[in-house]
Amino acid sequence: MAEKTQAIVEAGQIERLIEVLHSRGYEVVGPTVRDKAIVYDRLERLADLPVGWTDEQEAGSYRLKRREDGALFCYVVGPQSWKKYLHPADVRLFSAQRQGETFRILSNPDPPPPGRHAFLGVRACELAAIAVQDRVLLHDRYRDPIYQGRREGIFIVAVNCTQSAATCFCTSMGTGPQAHAGFDLALTELLGPDHHRILIEVGSEVGAEVLAELEHFQASDDVEREAETAVGRARSQIQRRMDTTGIRDLLYSNVDHPRWDDVAQRCLTCANCTMVCPTCFCTTVEDVSDVTGDHAERWRRWDSCFTQSFSYIHGGSVRSSAKSRYRQWMTHKLASWIDQFGSSGCVGCGRCITWCPVGIDITAEVGAIRGATASAGENDHGNT
Amino acid sequence: MKDKPRIAVFKFASCDGCQLSLLDAEDELLGVAEAVDIVYFPEASRTMLKGPYDIGLVEGSITTHHDAGRIQQVRRQCRTLITIGACATAGGIQALRNWKDVDEFVRVVYATPQYISTLKMSTPIAEHVPVDFELRGCPINKHQLIELITAMLAGRKPNIPAYSVCIECKRRGTVCIVVARGVACLGPVTQAGCGALCPSFDRGCYGCYGPMESPNTGSLTNQFRILGQSDQQISQSFRSYNAWAWQFRKASEECERA
Repeated sequence: MAEKTQAIVEAGQIERLIEVLHSRGYEVVGPTVRDKAIVYDRLERLADLPVGWTDEQEAGSYRLKRREDGALFCYVVGPQSWKKYLHPADVRLFSAQRQGETFRILSNPDPPPPGRHAFLGVRACELAAIAVQDRVLLHDRYRDPIYQGRREGIFIVAVNCTQSAATCFCTSMGTGPQAHAGFDLALTELLGPDHHRILIEVGSEVGAEVLAELEHFQASDDVEREAETAVGRARSQIQRRMDTTGIRDLLYSNVDHPRWDDVAQRCLTCANCTMVCPTCFCTTVEDVSDVTGDHAERWRRWDSCFTQSFSYIHGGSVRSSAKSRYRQWMTHKLASWIDQFGSSGCVGCGRCITWCPVGIDITAEVGAIRGATASAGENDHGNT
Repeated sequence: MKDKPRIAVFKFASCDGCQLSLLDAEDELLGVAEAVDIVYFPEASRTMLKGPYDIGLVEGSITTHHDAGRIQQVRRQCRTLITIGACATAGGIQALRNWKDVDEFVRVVYATPQYISTLKMSTPIAEHVPVDFELRGCPINKHQLIELITAMLAGRKPNIPAYSVCIECKRRGTVCIVVARGVACLGPVTQAGCGALCPSFDRGCYGCYGPMESPNTGSLTNQFRILGQSDQQISQSFRSYNAWAWQFRKASEECERA
């Protein structure tokens, strides 16, 4: 679209947006509060959103806090990402039944859930993460039909961040806080002393159709400036930095840097960073059979380069030490990903920092290898 | 059709809970009973046929001279020996005696101490005889037990991962209670297998499945201190069902010394 199509709606119209998406056959999923965090799950109505909640994040720490207003989107990303839906943790690839001396395949991969998903509340860093997974799983030599089946026909409602968390570093990775492409609609929440409105930007034909069903008004220049200010606030709040200058060669030329031993002292090899990462895509394949041996299934499950079985070949695991596993993960994410897929594998969402139980900070590790002092100023960099 | 494999179930020092997991697998038990002959299982049947056995399942730890001899007999009778549960694989909760004076316990607890004949230590089966597979847990997960038997019958590798409980939490969508609540949880250093049960009920992992494949107990201990745990509390959390597993043992002793 050559020119931005924008409109303004009252915040209450998000209820209507959910209704419209339902009426168009979408299952709407988005942020909601569960287990003291904001997770992604089904949304039936506006009240299912984390209304009046915000999050405070630090390395190894996440806390939900009450706000004094009824803000709908004043928080950032939680422990889950959209890969929960696009690249699920467990997928059955097929099942088979024994027939005499041979066997018969009974089913193909689990079909995507009936009804397409509408993702409501996708942040700019998450749009970038989806684009990274698209590149890996759709646009390479081999396509993943499971991802494709779930990805096609998704309706994406992006949300521009108007505040950031201490773990965010999207500005370093060039992914946020403003969404520029890859959405059907993009929302910017505008909270004032006497108004609570949403600026909606249209990103697709179908997005325009959905907007037409909402009670909307033309956005004035003032409103657009207010939205720019709000997103600018998020941008200026971001303190964490990762200097990505020449990062590929930096990491390739530092495989023996002493910092890898240092981080290995702290790394639990628990795999949490890879599980929460919105771009980590590795899976393993597991064959299961029942005790009679007549029925068998093949499942695909999330795997992690932090497990020993991940690099197991004849004779043992290639990466038996924590040092080699952390180095593998970070070097792939930030360096060899560029050679492999043409971009960084990191979108700066900060999940691996927050959800590391011991608060290992990828930006601090890069900073240390670069030899610079800690890259994010006064922030906590874990428990060195 | 080949003869069905003969299975025997043996008990040493234990609570019987792991054997009960086999009986508790009601839905699968009929299939198991068709696929194998359970010929020695005193907990379940008075029919007790002599060995040799194709598969021996051993529950419990070694705590007496008598059992130290008996496990040698059991090993000789079983082509494949599988230990089941934290007692058999790590010495169990009764291994807490290993840090104490057992004779003192005996004098305090029993009216006639001279009737009691016991070893100073509770030790896992693998310290006495070679073991073919160790199935972890307190108690074991019945699905893992069925998986293990099924995989053996099919001649395939059992799907019993050695990675952390964290992976199970994340796959099922449980929010990390260490990060989101500041709860001390042993999940990052504990082997998966329970399906990450406790964290899904807001409780920290108790470490029932013992140390995972590469546990960094020192780093987790530091984090527990940051979360406000005392060294005594941390030491005690490592000293439960798998206290004598060497990585947990080292962790608890380091906290004790600190």
